[in-house]
Amino acid sequence: MNIPSSITTLLLGIGLTLVSLWYGQNHGLMPVAASEGATHIDSLFNAMMTISTGLFIIVQGVIVYCAIKFRRKPGELGDGAAIEGNVPLEILWTAIPAAIVLWISIYSFEIYNEMGGFDPSADGMHAMHGMPAGKGSAMAATMDMGDVPKGSPRISALGVGASPANQGKAAAVNVNVLGLQYAWIFTYPEINITSGELHVPVGKEVQLNMNAQDVIHAVWIPQLRLKQDVIPGTETQLRFTTNKVGTYPLRCAELCGGYHGSMVTQMIVHTPEEYDTWIASQQQSAQAQAEIVKQTIAMNPANLSPAKYLAPYANEMGVKPEMVEHLHHQGMEMGGSIASVIK
Amino acid sequence: MTAELLIPNQTSEDDVVIHHRTWKDYFTFSTDHKVIGIQYFVTGFIFYIIGGLLAEGIRTELATPDADLVDPSTYNSMFTMHGTIMIFLWIVPAGTGAFANYLLPLMIGARDMAFPKLNAVAFWIIPPTGLLLILSFFLGPAQAGWTSYPPLSLLTGKVGEGIWIVTLLLLGTSSILGGINFFTTILKMRIPSMSMMQMPLFCWAMLATSMLMLIATPVLAGALILLSFDLIAGTAFFNPVGGGEPVVYQHMFWFYSHPAVYIMVLPFFGVISEVIPVHCRKPIFGYAAIAYSSMVISFLGLIVWAHHMFTSGTPPWLRMFFMITTMVIAVPTGIKIFGWLATMWGGKINLNTPMLFAMGFISTFVIGGITGVMLAAVPFDIHVHDTYFVVAHLHYVLFGGSVFGIYTGIYHWFPKVTGRHIDETWGKIHFVLTYVGFNVTFLPMHVLGLQGMPRRIAMYAPEFQGLNQVCTYGSYVLAISTVPFLVNAIYCAYKGKPAGSNPWNALTLDWQTTSPPEIENFEVLPVLKTGPYDYGDSEEEEKELTAV
Repeated sequence: MNIPSSITTLLLGIGLTLVSLWYGQNHGLMPVAASEGATHIDSLFNAMMTISTGLFIIVQGVIVYCAIKFRRKPGELGDGAAIEGNVPLEILWTAIPAAIVLWISIYSFEIYNEMGGFDPSADGMHAMHGMPAGKGSAMAATMDMGDVPKGSPRISALGVGASPANQGKAAAVNVNVLGLQYAWIFTYPEINITSGELHVPVGKEVQLNMNAQDVIHAVWIPQLRLKQDVIPGTETQLRFTTNKVGTYPLRCAELCGGYHGSMVTQMIVHTPEEYDTWIASQQQSAQAQAEIVKQTIAMNPANLSPAKYLAPYANEMGVKPEMVEHLHHQGMEMGGSIASVIK
Repeated sequence: MTAELLIPNQTSEDDVVIHHRTWKDYFTFSTDHKVIGIQYFVTGFIFYIIGGLLAEGIRTELATPDADLVDPSTYNSMFTMHGTIMIFLWIVPAGTGAFANYLLPLMIGARDMAFPKLNAVAFWIIPPTGLLLILSFFLGPAQAGWTSYPPLSLLTGKVGEGIWIVTLLLLGTSSILGGINFFTTILKMRIPSMSMMQMPLFCWAMLATSMLMLIATPVLAGALILLSFDLIAGTAFFNPVGGGEPVVYQHMFWFYSHPAVYIMVLPFFGVISEVIPVHCRKPIFGYAAIAYSSMVISFLGLIVWAHHMFTSGTPPWLRMFFMITTMVIAVPTGIKIFGWLATMWGGKINLNTPMLFAMGFISTFVIGGITGVMLAAVPFDIHVHDTYFVVAHLHYVLFGGSVFGIYTGIYHWFPKVTGRHIDETWGKIHFVLTYVGFNVTFLPMHVLGLQGMPRRIAMYAPEFQGLNQVCTYGSYVLAISTVPFLVNAIYCAYKGKPAGSNPWNALTLDWQTTSPPEIENFEVLPVLKTGPYDYGDSEEEEKELTAV
């Protein structure tokens, strides 16, 4: 006697559920999660993986089953059953996916809120209130013309803001990010540090205020599951709090030219002590650099007389500065006399 | 076989003088929809080979982490050209141009399309435009990706970018002309006895597709014209230097280019709906649901575009709106997939090449559908946007969907178009190589994206090398898989076994004429006596079967 098909179906259903639940949790496809927000996104992904695994197995299973069970044997004649549809069944397979996607939408909404997606300071709206100022700077940018509109954002702050608990508070660490072909420049305005790598203290809220100099770039830190385009002329922001010390890649994710693939740097998450040490060392070297800069301050050659401009070279060649001056004038006179001869 | 063919005055093969086309006819401004259909397909396939060779170049470059095969900016040109060629010169012309042109009039009992001359114009725009795009290879081609976002697209060379814009404007025009023709033909050229609800499902799919072509394509033209002003005349519509807004270009671009995904895949939903009932010998399961779901997909397809822009600086409510609309598209798509599976269930499946490709289509497309729902979820998309996860997803939709759909259709209608059978053994070899090669190439890309590999890069972190090499090997298998198809198709078009006019015993009107169809399709105006999918054993027999 055969096992009743309802029992087989039930067992298959249980097996399918267990496999889906297991794989949804143990797929191991995501990199390390270095923030609470990343863990939230992972749980959303795990939920979607669970449902997807189930759906994947059902669809592939039905295809393979049909190919074996309903295959036309050699010499077999006749058609399949003339079933044109089954309205209750069709309603069922419309309703279940609808319910699933609705649930995923609500879940995503929750997670998005948790990440800080709805932070009013990051939705571009407060730029509306500050419209006159925004407009003025746009005009300024147009008027002094030609230049890339760095530092003159017209619309400010779109992206991912503070999580609901931190909204309205300033972030502990503010970093200005400038993306340019093909590098990142991180400036810490409060402590006057400029760096090519992003250093942040673990457990502190960090806000990146981002601008691009030339084309659109995108900051992507896979371990934080965060990405935001960096757009010339529009400031965007990202806010996050890390919870794992480590060094993580920070990659450009928006095509920005030939060497887009090499536009990679690091985000180093320090312990608070290490972070302070890093700041101290940076400030020291910044001071040292400032000294050098003072000594070798650049001069605009257009403001110098030829003699002064040429002085260093003349010295090197063992020529007296007065001689250079003299030669220069002679040259002018000679040129003048040649011109008059031609006339 | 209980489903009978009740077409009156059906002439047997011997009575009909088949006017065989000679090869010269295919190089003329022919207004015969069947000639134009073949012109579209052959032209498209040539560009498919060019686009495929570019893809092999890309994969070979990516076999190692360093940019050691070509210069990085050449690499950017390669994927720009690969995307543009595959979309605009292969899948769109093959789906809407070749299949719709060849099949629509046959399926609705018409002698030709509504506007035959317009049809020929729409085709003849394509070859010179395609050549122009290829020519730009030698003049410094576009490098800003097929999306061509400013300001990058304004900075990477005026000539290549200019040619790229002109090419797309012309191909868009061709597409709009085609859309007008399909829309009118489906609505106005049906034989009087065929109501909308008696149309083959391919016609429903093409009705939905042509609406998208008509509504969405002009917006792309608008975006491209403004972009060309920025490029050539130095205006600042999109250029932030001068106060332009680059994100507006992205909105306009995706307003077309998301519906374009449905323009590329809806025709093949139609093809699959035709092929499965014939080879399973069962009526399509839920005709009305499948027909209407095409229309729903077409409508929803117009209001999901900003899901390509979740990290572009989009306000939160906009992200949520587009997340929900995108999620909802899964429902009508699911209706189709479940309808196809239910059609197969309990059928008498003839596992021949068209059926294998149709099953391959469902098997791979469903993966693209699943990752599509995942990508719609904003928090997850923020992580994987612009990564190899998206590359995997889009190839599961456009190769696993569209290209598998093209092959399904080719194997299914080969006897109709040529009057001869295509060799089954070589067809099955082709299927296995394609299915294996495809999955080996694109499945690992999901992992690469999740782990942190951005798309559109010539050099990548060494930790990604292993999986990239797997992808590269897979792509070689995929390339080789084309060879048995080409040889088989060309050989059998001339030397294959004669197939007769209706080798599959199919019921739609396209099979009720000679193979290849005579010049004006039907000797006499056909009259419908049976629905398009009235296969299956009678009620009594069915009861007996279920009792067993």
